[in-house]
Amino acid sequence: MADPLLTIEKLRTYFYGESGVARAVDGVTFSVGAGETVGLVGESGSGKSVTALSVLRLVRPPGRLEPGSRIVFEGRDLATLGERELRTVRGARIAMVFQEPMTALNPVFTVGEQIAEVVRIHAKASRHDAWQRAVEMLHVVGMPSPAERAKEYPHQLSGGMRQRVVIAMALVMNPALVIADEPTTALDVTIQAQILELLQELQRRFGMSILLITHDLGVVAETVSRVLVMYGGEIVEEAPVKTLFAEAHHPYTEGLLAAMPRLGESRERLRTIPGTVPPPTRWPNGCRFHDRCPYAWERCTSEHPPLYQIGDGHVSRCHLAEEPARRNQPHDPFIMRETSAGGGRDGVRGARENTAERSARS
Amino acid sequence: MPSPTHVSEPADRLATSVVAPSTAPVVSAPARRARLTGTFWWSLALIGLLCLVAVFATQLAPYPPNAQLDIVALKSQPPSAAHPLGTDQYSRDLLSRMLFGARISLSVAMLAVLLSATVGTAYGLVAGYVGGRVDAVMMRLLDACLAIPRVLLLVAVLALWSPVPLPALILVIGLTGWFEVSRLVRAEVLSVTQREYIVAARALGASGPRIIWRHVLPNVLNPVIVAAALGVGNIIILEAGLSYLGIGARAPTASWGSIFFDGSDAFQATWWIALFPGLAIIVTVLAFNVFASALRDALDPHQLAGDRAR
Repeated sequence: MADPLLTIEKLRTYFYGESGVARAVDGVTFSVGAGETVGLVGESGSGKSVTALSVLRLVRPPGRLEPGSRIVFEGRDLATLGERELRTVRGARIAMVFQEPMTALNPVFTVGEQIAEVVRIHAKASRHDAWQRAVEMLHVVGMPSPAERAKEYPHQLSGGMRQRVVIAMALVMNPALVIADEPTTALDVTIQAQILELLQELQRRFGMSILLITHDLGVVAETVSRVLVMYGGEIVEEAPVKTLFAEAHHPYTEGLLAAMPRLGESRERLRTIPGTVPPPTRWPNGCRFHDRCPYAWERCTSEHPPLYQIGDGHVSRCHLAEEPARRNQPHDPFIMRETSAGGGRDGVRGARENTAERSARS
Repeated sequence: MPSPTHVSEPADRLATSVVAPSTAPVVSAPARRARLTGTFWWSLALIGLLCLVAVFATQLAPYPPNAQLDIVALKSQPPSAAHPLGTDQYSRDLLSRMLFGARISLSVAMLAVLLSATVGTAYGLVAGYVGGRVDAVMMRLLDACLAIPRVLLLVAVLALWSPVPLPALILVIGLTGWFEVSRLVRAEVLSVTQREYIVAARALGASGPRIIWRHVLPNVLNPVIVAAALGVGNIIILEAGLSYLGIGARAPTASWGSIFFDGSDAFQATWWIALFPGLAIIVTVLAFNVFASALRDALDPHQLAGDRAR
C-alpha cells in the first residue's frame, strides 16, 4: 500500500485492575488504506473491541494506552494528540458504529436531534440547517419518510432502523474512516444483510475506509478485502480475504473457519475450539494459543512466535511456518489433557475470571 | 460531501424493503401518556389549587392576615359566617392567615426543594461522571454530611440566628437537604455512563460538559423529579415543626406551622385555631406524596415494560 490512511504501530492498551495488569491489546500493528475495507476478527476477549476504542482514545481509566503506541491518521499521531484536537477527529474524520443500536442512541432525544447534534458539534450550522442535514442523511441511509422518522424517538424504531440512524450519525460529517464494531451482531439475519449492503453501498458513494470488527467470518467473507485475526491481544494472522479462506495458516484461524456452519454440509455437531480465551492478566508463555492448539509442541510453550511471512501480504504468528511438517500430527490440545488429569477446577476458574474481566471492560 | 439529494437506486430499494418490519408494535407516545392515572391528575389538580390559593392570597383573603380586628369583641371566636374559620386569640381572621400561611409554607418548601435538588444533582453528576479519586473524596464528604442529624443542625442554626429572614430559612433548609439527592443522582450517573450512547457521544466528538448536559442529565432526572415531589411534602412538615418550635417563620408572619403553634396552647377551648392548619398540612403533604408516587409509576421504564407484557 502506497499511502495508508491509518497506521497503527505497537498499539498497547493495558487495564490496571486489582487482579493485575490486563494486557487487552498487546503490540498490535496494522494499517488501513484509503477506501479499503479491513476486517478485524476474533473471539470475545481477544482484544478487537478495545483496539477499536483505542484508535479514538476512548478507553477510560483504569485502562490506558501505553507509551510507545502510535496511531498515525492523516499525518497526525492520535496517541499523543490533545483532547481538544482529538475531538475534531472523533465523529468528523473517524466515526464509529456500535454494536447495540438499542443502547447506542439516547432515549430522551429524537433521532433527528441526535444526528443534528453531530453536525452542530463539528460545523457552525444553524439549528435548522443541522436538522435539514439530519433528514437528508436519514434519506441517504434508506430510511423511509425520513422527515417524519426524524421526529421519532429511538424506542419507536425497530432494531434495523435504529442501526440505520447510528450509521447516519457516523456518516453525517463524511468521515475518512468508519470503525464498525460488530454492527450487525444484535440484528436479525435478514436485517444484517441489509445493513452490510448499506455500508458497502455508502462506501461506494462516499469512498470512506471501513474497519469492520466482527466475530462472524461469514460477514467478513462478503464484505472485506483484507482480514486481521486477533487472539490474546495480538494479531495472529493477516491475509487477503481469499487467501485466508483458501489457505489459513494459523491454527486459531483454522479453528475459526472449522467452527463456521456451512450450508449444504451436514454435520452432527458444529466444531468448536476447546477452551476459552485466557484472561488478559495472565496470557500463557510462549504462543498465547498453545494450550488450545492441536499442533502445539515444546517450542510453543516457551518461545513467543513472531509474525512469519507466509505469502504475499500474508503473515502468521505460528512456529508452523518454520516446521510445517508438524501440521500432519494433530493431537488433543493441552487444555483438554489438563482437564482429564484433574485440572478441571483450574479450567473453570480461568473461564470465570475471563468473563469477569470482560464485563469489567465493557 | 456529495449532495445527498440525489439518492442512488440501491438506497431506495433498501428503504422500501424494510418498511414491513418497521410496523412492529412499539411503545408510542400515546401509550406513555395513558400511564398517567386518575390519581396523578387529582393530586396534580389539588397541588395546582393550593398554589393558586397561595398566589392569590391577597385577593382571596377577606382581611389582612396580621390585622387585629377587635381584640375584645372578636377574640378567639369560633367559625361563623363572617369568619368561616374563626379568629385567633389576637382577633385575627383565621381564614386570611391560612391563605397567607399557604404562601409561606408552599414557597419555603418548593424553593428549598428546588435548591436542594439543583445542588444535589450538580454534586452527584460531577462525582459520578468524573469518577476515580474525585468521586471517592466527594462521596466520603457526603457520608460525613449525612451523619449530621438534620433537625438538630437546623435547630442549632436557627436558634442562633433568630429571628431568621425567610430567604435565609429557605437557604438553610435547602442546603441541608441535598445529600440524599446527590447519592441518588450519582448512582444513576454510574449506570447511565455505562450505556453505549455515552461512549457513542464521545466517539462522535462531544465534549465532557456537553455529554453531561445533553446525555447524562436528562437520563438521570426522573428519580430527581420524584424525590423532589416527595421532598416538598417533607419540608412542609419540617417547616411546620420548626415554626411550632418557634424558630421557623418569624412571629407575626403566618405559616401553617406558626398558626398551629398559636392554637396548640388552648386546643380544647379554641380547637379551630390548631385544627385547620393541621388539616391543611395533612392534605397538602398527602397530595404531594400521592403525586410523587403516581409520577414514579409514570416515569419508571420498568413499570412500562411490565405493563406491555400484561
